[in-house]
Amino acid sequence: MTPVSVPRIRRSATAGHAAPRRTDRRSFLVASIAGLPRAVLPLAAVLYSTRDQPFGLATAILIAAGIIAFISGFAYLAWLRTTYCVGAADIRVETGIIARAARSVPFERIQDVSLQQSLIPRLFGLVEVRFETGAGGADELKLAYLSQTEGERLRELVRDRSDAIPAPAGTELIHEEREEVLFAMPPRRVLTFGMFEFSLALVAVLGGLAQQLDFLLPFGLWDLNGWQDRLAGQGAWLAGIGPAAQLVGAVAVLALLGTIGLLTGVARTAAREWGFVLTRNAKGFRRRRGLFTRTDVVMPVHRVQALSVRTGAVRQLWGWQSLSFITLAQDAGAASHTVAPFARHREIAPIIRAAGFEEAGDEAPWHRTSRLQARDAALARLLALAIPAAVLEVVLWLMPEVDSALFLALPAILGGAGVLLALHAWWNWHHRRYALTSRQLFHRHGRLSPALDIASRVKLQSVSLVQGPLARRHGYATLHLGVAGGRIAIPGLPVADALRLRGELLASMTATDFSELV
Amino acid sequence: MTEPPEGSDAEPLHQLHHAYVKVLRISGALLAAPLVAAAAALEMALPTPPGLLLSVAVVVAALLLLRVPFRRYNARGYHFSEDRLRVVSGLLFRSDTVVPFGRVQHIDVAQGPLERAYGLATLTLHTAGTHNASVSLPGLLHADALAMRERIRARVKRDTM
Repeated sequence: MTPVSVPRIRRSATAGHAAPRRTDRRSFLVASIAGLPRAVLPLAAVLYSTRDQPFGLATAILIAAGIIAFISGFAYLAWLRTTYCVGAADIRVETGIIARAARSVPFERIQDVSLQQSLIPRLFGLVEVRFETGAGGADELKLAYLSQTEGERLRELVRDRSDAIPAPAGTELIHEEREEVLFAMPPRRVLTFGMFEFSLALVAVLGGLAQQLDFLLPFGLWDLNGWQDRLAGQGAWLAGIGPAAQLVGAVAVLALLGTIGLLTGVARTAAREWGFVLTRNAKGFRRRRGLFTRTDVVMPVHRVQALSVRTGAVRQLWGWQSLSFITLAQDAGAASHTVAPFARHREIAPIIRAAGFEEAGDEAPWHRTSRLQARDAALARLLALAIPAAVLEVVLWLMPEVDSALFLALPAILGGAGVLLALHAWWNWHHRRYALTSRQLFHRHGRLSPALDIASRVKLQSVSLVQGPLARRHGYATLHLGVAGGRIAIPGLPVADALRLRGELLASMTATDFSELV
Repeated sequence: MTEPPEGSDAEPLHQLHHAYVKVLRISGALLAAPLVAAAAALEMALPTPPGLLLSVAVVVAALLLLRVPFRRYNARGYHFSEDRLRVVSGLLFRSDTVVPFGRVQHIDVAQGPLERAYGLATLTLHTAGTHNASVSLPGLLHADALAMRERIRARVKRDTM
C-alpha cells in the first residue's frame, strides 16, 4: 500500500487505529420493526387454524409475542456483534453472531460512499452507509445503520483519505456549504416524468394475483359457463344492444388499462425520483433522491469513465433526455449512475461539462459505418425468418387438411416480421455515426430512441476488433471497447477505419497509466 | 490462413509454441471420442444403412483431430510490444484485442494438466473493463509466459485500482 498523505483534519479520535465502534443503538429497533412483516404470515396461519378453539386468540397473541421477541433478540445480538473500525489505511467491519466475518477495504479501493435511507430508518434519523468498490451487489461493504451525522462524517473521512487530495486545513463538513446545484427536479417535473414511465406492471401483478388467489373470489374467474350465466343476467341486454355498446366497452377497458398504467408509472417514478437533486462540490457529484427510500450518492469526478445520453421513442418528441455516468461503482444493480433522469438538453450540457467531458459540435468529424454491414445484417435477419416461413408454406401445402387460420397465416406473419427486422437493421445503420475528437470518442445510434455514448479516450481499458465470416469477406469489423463499468461497441466499421481508430485510441491510452486515472 | 489476418497492424504476429497444436489435438480427441461412441451406439439402435452414421462421425472426428487444431493454431497469434499486448484468435469469428499494459489490473499464468505435460502455459491479463475483463493468451512456453508476466508487471506502475 502506498503511503497516503492524510490531510490534517480535526478528527483525532479516528486517526490511526481507533477502537472498534458499534453501529447506532437504534439499528436493532429498526431491524426489529423491519422484521415484523415476516411475523404476519405465520400469525395469520395460527389465527386461521385456531379460530374454533376457546383460547385461539390468546395462543395467537402468545405466538406473535414469541416471534417478535425472537426477531428482536436476533436483531439485538446482530447489533451487538457488528463493529466497525476506521484505520489509517482501511475500514474494517466485523459481523456475525457465532461465525465472525471481518472485512477490510483499503480507502484507495473505495469508489464512492453512498448513504441510503429507507422509510423506517428515516423516522429514526438513521442511514445505511455503503462503500462501493466496484465488486458489486452483495460483496459491497455496508454499515446499517448509523446516525446521519456519523454517516456523513465517515463519508467525508473516506473521501479525504481515498483521494489523498490535501484538503484545506480545518475541513470539517464544510464541503457541504460549497455545493452548487447542477440539476434538480421539482415535483412538477417528477410528475411529468412519471407520465412517460407508463407501466402495465401493476396490471400484470394483479392478473397474476387473481390467478394465484382465485380460490378467494366468490366466483370462478376462469369458469366460462359462470361468466355466461352472469352475463345472461345484466349482460344479456348488453349483448342485445349490439356492436356499438361492445365498442364502448372495449374503449372503456382500454381507458381503464391506460389510467392504471399511467398511475403506476407516476407512482413508481415519484417514489424513486422525488426531490431529485444533483450537486457538485469540490470532490465530486452528489445525488439525492427518493420519496420513501432516500439515497445520497457521491461520485468523484475523476471516476466518471464515460457518459451515456438516452431518450425514449415518445419522450424525445417533447425533447426529454436522460444522462448517466458510467463508473466502476454500481447503482442499485445498474452499472451506471443516472445523474439526470429526465431533462432538457440545455440542462444536461452543463453536467457533461462539469464531468470533464465535452459535447460533439456539428463541426465534429462524424463518420458512418459500412453500408455492406447494413446489407448483411438486413439480409441475415430477413433470411432467418423468411426461410422458416417458406418451409412452413411448403409443409402447409403438403398437408391440405390443416385449416386453422392461425397456421395458415403463420408464414405471412414470419415473413412480415423478417421484413420489419431487416428494415430495422437498415434503419439502425442509417442513423449510426461515430466521431473521434482529440479527447473523446462519440457513438450516436438509434433513431426511434436515439442514444449517444461519450467515452474518454484515455480512460478506455482495451480495444478489440471482432469479425465474423461475412465481416471478413466484406471488410468490416465490430470495435469493442473495454470501459470500466460499461461497454461500448461500434458495429460495421470498415477495416481501414477500424484500424485507424484503434491505433489512435491506443496511442492515447498508453500515454497514461491506470493509476493516474481512477 | 497463415498470412497475417485481416485487421492486423503493420507488425508481424508471433506464432504460439508448436506444441500447442498437440494440446489442441488432444482436446479435440476428448471431444471426438464421445461423438464416435454415440454414433456407434446409434448405428446399432437405428435402422440406417450400415456404416453411414459411423463414417460421418469418423470424418468429423478426423477433422477435429487433424485439420481443425492446425487451423486454430495458425489463426492464433500475438504481438508483445513495449507497452501493449495484442492477441489474435478465432477461426470463424476472428477477434483481435489489444491491451495496453497501463490498464492491466492483475496477471495470471495458468497451466492445465495438458499444458503442463507439454510445458506450456496460458497468460491472462485482467482489465477493469466490463468487456474484455480478461484476455487470455494460451500456448506459450511456461518460461516465456513467466518472463512476459515479469515484463508486464514492470510496466504496471502501481498495484492499485
